[in-house]
Amino acid sequence: MRSFNENTENKRCIINILFIVLVVLISVFPLVFMKDADFEGADGQAEGVIVEINENYEPWFLPLYEPASGEIESLLFVLQAALGAGFIGYYLGMAKERKHRDYSVRQTDSPC
Amino acid sequence: MMRSKKNILVLMLVFVFLPRPVFAMHIMEGFLPLGWSVFWSLVSLPFIVLGLRSINKTVHQNPRLKMLLGLAGAFAFVLSALKLPSVTGSSSHPTGVGLGTILFGPLAMSVLGFIVLIFQAVLLAHGGITTLGANTFSMAIAGPLVAFTIYRAVQKCGGKPSLAVFLAAFFGNFFTYVVTSLQLALAFPAEIGGFVASLTKFLSIFAVTQVPLAISEGLLTVVIFNVLTIYSKDELRDLSVMFEEGAK
Repeated sequence: MRSFNENTENKRCIINILFIVLVVLISVFPLVFMKDADFEGADGQAEGVIVEINENYEPWFLPLYEPASGEIESLLFVLQAALGAGFIGYYLGMAKERKHRDYSVRQTDSPC
Repeated sequence: MMRSKKNILVLMLVFVFLPRPVFAMHIMEGFLPLGWSVFWSLVSLPFIVLGLRSINKTVHQNPRLKMLLGLAGAFAFVLSALKLPSVTGSSSHPTGVGLGTILFGPLAMSVLGFIVLIFQAVLLAHGGITTLGANTFSMAIAGPLVAFTIYRAVQKCGGKPSLAVFLAAFFGNFFTYVVTSLQLALAFPAEIGGFVASLTKFLSIFAVTQVPLAISEGLLTVVIFNVLTIYSKDELRDLSVMFEEGAK
């Protein structure tokens, strides 16, 4: 039973590593093969289309706060990702420890 | 001399009053006419209310699921901050709504997605307050609804769990941007060709860019789901998202 579980766990671990590598490859591919592209946001292009369709359109509301520069914006994005990643790390650490503890409790309980 | 001063003044005014193309994939602040802003807010509101109820119910019945709910929110937080380059030469980001939808259902995910969108609209000038309703509808309501439908369908057909998770996340992401294109086309029908012509234009920007990102999002959602099936088996069973096969 235990070896079966360990086998599936190992398999999933390998699949996970493969998938993460695949995600990296998918992201790097355009950077390597499309040297001329500027990789601007798709929304900036949408804005262009809006202006093309309706020349007179004026945005009627401006952001209350805009990051002072591209760097500050990156900072805030990094902060968002870091907060999320921090919590995910915390959760997984907790879940792993809990599983380990439950397992050892079961181990010590069974002989009694 | 006078002239160059004037030019500088004009330039400054342009910088102050023209919203710079902030690198956002949601509809930008002020870029949806007032009527549509109100319309999408009204459409989204009941989903948020029902979502809050759904979360309350889940957490009340089983308090230990709080942490997992936090995880689903954190996952959406991380993924929607990752702006990735795409094959069209532009960049866009995943939505991260697939995981929460599979775990807690589409209504609960609406609330989590809404929170992410508020954060981005207020602090990052990404999306916007006037377009919050429309963006909530596309990313936090339509995306999760599609993801949920697909997850259940694959589950019913006896597909592998990882396939169900992948397809749910893929289509949840992809459909979000289809809806965004729809919303923009409805608000800005072209003079020649009307709604359909606009829709084609917006779809050609968002949808193609989104395909590789949707694949990435699908893969990453499978990765985190795999980890959960190892470490959070009991919670997944409580939420009855574990496949029968997994319980054997």
